[in-house]
Amino acid sequence: MCELTCIVCPRGCTLQITGEAGNYTVTGNACKRGEQFATAEMTCPMRTLCTTVKTAFPAVPVISVRTSREIPKERIFDVMREINSLCITHPTGRGEVILQNVLGLGADIIVTADWPEEQDKEDRYEQ
Amino acid sequence: MRSVDVLIIGGGPAGLAAAIAARKNGAEVLLLEREARLGGILKQCIHDGFGLVRYGEKLSGPEYAGRFIDEFHALQIEALTLTFVTRIEKKQEGFLITAVNREGLEQIHTKALILATGCRERTAKQVSIHGTRPAGVFTAGTAQHFTNLLGLLPTKKCVILGSGDIGLIMARRLTLEGAEVLGVYEAKPTPSGLTRNLHQCLHDFNIPLHLSHTVTRVFGQDRLSAVEIMQVDEGMNPIPGTAQRVECDALILSVGLIPENELAEGLGVVIDPKTKGPLCDAGLMTSVPGVFSCGNALHVNDLVDYVSQSGETAGQNAALYDPHREQTLIPVTAGEGLLYAVPQRLDLQSDNSAVTLYFRSRQNLGRCRLVITADGRELFTRNYPFLRPPEMERLTLDLSDRGLTAETEIKLEIEVMPDV
Repeated sequence: MCELTCIVCPRGCTLQITGEAGNYTVTGNACKRGEQFATAEMTCPMRTLCTTVKTAFPAVPVISVRTSREIPKERIFDVMREINSLCITHPTGRGEVILQNVLGLGADIIVTADWPEEQDKEDRYEQ
Repeated sequence: MRSVDVLIIGGGPAGLAAAIAARKNGAEVLLLEREARLGGILKQCIHDGFGLVRYGEKLSGPEYAGRFIDEFHALQIEALTLTFVTRIEKKQEGFLITAVNREGLEQIHTKALILATGCRERTAKQVSIHGTRPAGVFTAGTAQHFTNLLGLLPTKKCVILGSGDIGLIMARRLTLEGAEVLGVYEAKPTPSGLTRNLHQCLHDFNIPLHLSHTVTRVFGQDRLSAVEIMQVDEGMNPIPGTAQRVECDALILSVGLIPENELAEGLGVVIDPKTKGPLCDAGLMTSVPGVFSCGNALHVNDLVDYVSQSGETAGQNAALYDPHREQTLIPVTAGEGLLYAVPQRLDLQSDNSAVTLYFRSRQNLGRCRLVITADGRELFTRNYPFLRPPEMERLTLDLSDRGLTAETEIKLEIEVMPDV
């Protein structure tokens, strides 16, 4: 048996998983998503990756991005390398796709923050 | 002089939600924010998980804030940014706010005031760590600001003290950016952060969590070079002979958050020693009529969804505030098994058909039951499969027509149930 904490929602159920690949039995879950999470966790754990990407603008050194959907946990550092090789050269904003289908994983890299307005940049980074 | 119906201090998630709700209830609203941009701490919380309760989606902090900022602007609400409130005076009718910004001093009169000032991180000075004063001691929020907004990695190899959520989030974030997180040390015997964060931030990246351990000393001249770690007993006293030295270049602290209520205290608002936020009624009005509190200034929340909800409650009630209406306040007390309950009072003269209560248990519990009584008479019960102090519970109740009188005391208690 294996015990896991469900990360689907803040409730954080403690899940007990018994059985073997292809035939898991999950208990301790308060909803169906817990069962799906436990099965995925035992076979191919998936995570959303949130990070930043650098820009060519000194006033906005980085802007936050995330994967548009979950990616396999074991590919997180591969995707980090891809994102770290990018540089934003135009003002962008929330929702813009800056890299499609990263490493063929079916997830896009999307910007999650708004581009600061002129006045903000001056105030945040002067001196 | 300028005059508004509702003035809000703080442009984070609580203040934004309060402004939107007040505007929707017909008030003329002005929001003051000391930083250059709206969004508060969410600007630097780039991780996901925000909005699960409200939107059923896992948004990042900037995305969650962005939705509120869009609505704020769509309603054409005015915000003064880079504006710092220096003084609040209570007047015969309403309040006089003095604020300073690049235009100079500004005085604004408001009928109702909402304090959405958030909370502050506890610092190294507040946790008694001995040693020199080198660079490299950061609160988790400062490390987050460096990493996520300035694009600067504040450490290559660090130790995190405290298992609060921001510390756990930063353990993952720094690891993703190539830093080595040697471990998270927690003086208490149980973790402070959400269980899900222990799983997805520490377990996923093989970062060890050491419970009942604390940092007792820092070493280093210009820059931190090592920390001393000791095991602690139940009384959180270091156990002699357990000291070990860990080489690192930074110590990151996630040792608690304290509601920011300097302005509130200046106004004579009564603070609850349990929450460290104002004592409020169900409409989130403080002990000073016309002054409302919401978000992390009211009590430290673990989910932004609840912060927004309290902002909406405060915003709506501030917009509808009538200074001539009488109050009949009765106490709502948290029993021994609870760390605290909010609101702490109920006003029998207001509409109590949908009272939202927030509470935390004092310790980790298995199967248990929350019992709410009025002078010993049972009003409501709910069973829980488990309760954990880091995970706040919320429930909404109809408390109108429940036979409450001016002498009634409402009490929340937790009964532990036998295991099945």
